[in-house]
Amino acid sequence: MVNSGPPTLSLGPVLYLWEGDKWRDFYYRIADEAPVHHVIIGETVCSKRLHFTEPHLPAVIERLEAAGKHVVLSTLALVTLERESQYVRSLVADSHFPIEANDLSALALLEGRPHSIGPLINIYNAATARLLARRGASSICLPPELPASSIAEIAAGTPDTAFEVHAFGRMPLAISARCAHARAKGHIKDNCQFVCAEDPDGLPVKTLDRQSFLALNGVQTVSFTCQSLLTELLDLVSMGVSRFRLSPQDCDMVAVASLYDDVLHGRTDAEGGIARLRQLYPAAPLSNGFHHGQEGAAWVARARNIGHRGAE
Amino acid sequence: MELICPAGTPAAFREAVDAGADAVYCGFRDETNARNFPGLNFSREELQDAISYARRKGTQTFVALNTFMRAGHESLWYEAAADAVRLGADALILADFGLMAHVAETYPEQRLHVSVQASASNPDAVNFLVEAFGAKRVVLPRTLTISDIGRLARQIRCEIEVFVFGGLCVMAEGRCSLSSYATGKSPNMNGVCSPASHVRYRQDGGDLVSELGSYTINRFPREEAAGYPTLCKGRFDIADASGYAFEDPVSLDVMDQIDALREAGVSALKIEGRQRGKAYVAEVVSTLRKALDAKPEHRRPLLARLRLLSEGQRTTSGAYEKRWR
Repeated sequence: MVNSGPPTLSLGPVLYLWEGDKWRDFYYRIADEAPVHHVIIGETVCSKRLHFTEPHLPAVIERLEAAGKHVVLSTLALVTLERESQYVRSLVADSHFPIEANDLSALALLEGRPHSIGPLINIYNAATARLLARRGASSICLPPELPASSIAEIAAGTPDTAFEVHAFGRMPLAISARCAHARAKGHIKDNCQFVCAEDPDGLPVKTLDRQSFLALNGVQTVSFTCQSLLTELLDLVSMGVSRFRLSPQDCDMVAVASLYDDVLHGRTDAEGGIARLRQLYPAAPLSNGFHHGQEGAAWVARARNIGHRGAE
Repeated sequence: MELICPAGTPAAFREAVDAGADAVYCGFRDETNARNFPGLNFSREELQDAISYARRKGTQTFVALNTFMRAGHESLWYEAAADAVRLGADALILADFGLMAHVAETYPEQRLHVSVQASASNPDAVNFLVEAFGAKRVVLPRTLTISDIGRLARQIRCEIEVFVFGGLCVMAEGRCSLSSYATGKSPNMNGVCSPASHVRYRQDGGDLVSELGSYTINRFPREEAAGYPTLCKGRFDIADASGYAFEDPVSLDVMDQIDALREAGVSALKIEGRQRGKAYVAEVVSTLRKALDAKPEHRRPLLARLRLLSEGQRTTSGAYEKRWR
């Protein structure tokens, strides 16, 4: 069974618009220092951003591969324009790298060849996971919204597929044809002037009572909190999850990856790990509510019987 | 073009049929559909009566099973599909691939429509659902302009249905976890968005504050009418500015674009509002029926009446017009 293989870490695509040099240097350091097996790379949020990173992509991929990382190319989450459809088609047709589908068009085009499924494809049950596995999906990153009980059912019902969960980072919660980020800065999407680049970790949205709530990332809305499943890693492994996705935030991701690696392999205990994680990424409080069947923003402190509660 | 009308209750269903709907869509009283609100929806017996009433009047019935099957509890959705087929539903409106595959295999004669919640927004996506599951119609997400729809229509092998009137999702439908982030309940898993069970109003000085879960969604001074705290229609602070960060409290109305939609290749126009009362359904359906049958120059006065029924009495063309982005 693939999904009981030794657990590894993967690095999700940078969801935010980072300037080309910063983006390139980030991946060079990941290649050289981060204990991640898979690196999923490429723009998922907005097709208008592609030119920022495309000039650097070949060199970044070469560096990652030289370091022994498994490179997977990500695709756009929302494909509506003809040029976006063409982009996905040419990516699928021309790439000799594995591809992660994040919308139904990529999923359709990848039929019959091994591919990955990203967290923005709706997989809520094993019937759907098996269907996609039969069409060629060899790994599936499950949607962040899923509770532990569903994760366990899906992994158990789809034994030949590798499952991955969003284990670190602000969660992608919604995507729109409209760009709230551009609108917040007095523009519309078609004349956005790439103002989302001013917020490399997202633009915070607070309630009128100044509660931190969400963050804008171009046409995407992400959680203000940073989901961390650090204390749930070993429970998830026992459920059949074999990959843990770290979603890049504007912090020391090499240190985050090393911390997760330490906890995953028993070199650091999870409670101590959480304290360290709060130091590494102080910009946002941690959350794990979705995993425990609660509101996603909630933080459920570890209790002895939590594995049983999650399986209810 | 067909007029597809909502019904949350048997009474609203009859009103929609009598008012001239070509088809009425509805769901069972549980989490298998995306309007799983208290006091709404249909028992098996009620659906049976509704379908036979519709049949006598030459109206079709579409049954929405448009949430995603909860892992380990798939039988709830499979039984709902079996019953809808047995009772004579003219189409099932589905979002979950696992459920689509089950229906396509088990009931190959059953007409299958792709729900807006499936988020099929481009030709490759739609054609995949047509080829894999035999889908006959797709309800398009509210992310496309009319010219996008026209281009799509030329490249796909099924009918197109679009929302023209009623509530407006700002986010791509079926891909939004904002509600569950704040409340634990989501459209995809529970069939609810910003559920009433998690809504609270409190007085704060002269303001009425609306909350969803533990988050403030809006604050209304005394002179302003308070609205329901739908998360994406709330007022928030971004940097130093306050305002409607995602969308104002408006609803969708593109009935003034009927001819453009027809030319784009749209087969059916859909009205949102299964949570609305029978009087609303009767008024909206009869007015839109008249507008659809009227000459273009006679439509404007008919449609003006409807604005009074819209959320906040304000409407938008949403994504159908490029400037909205």
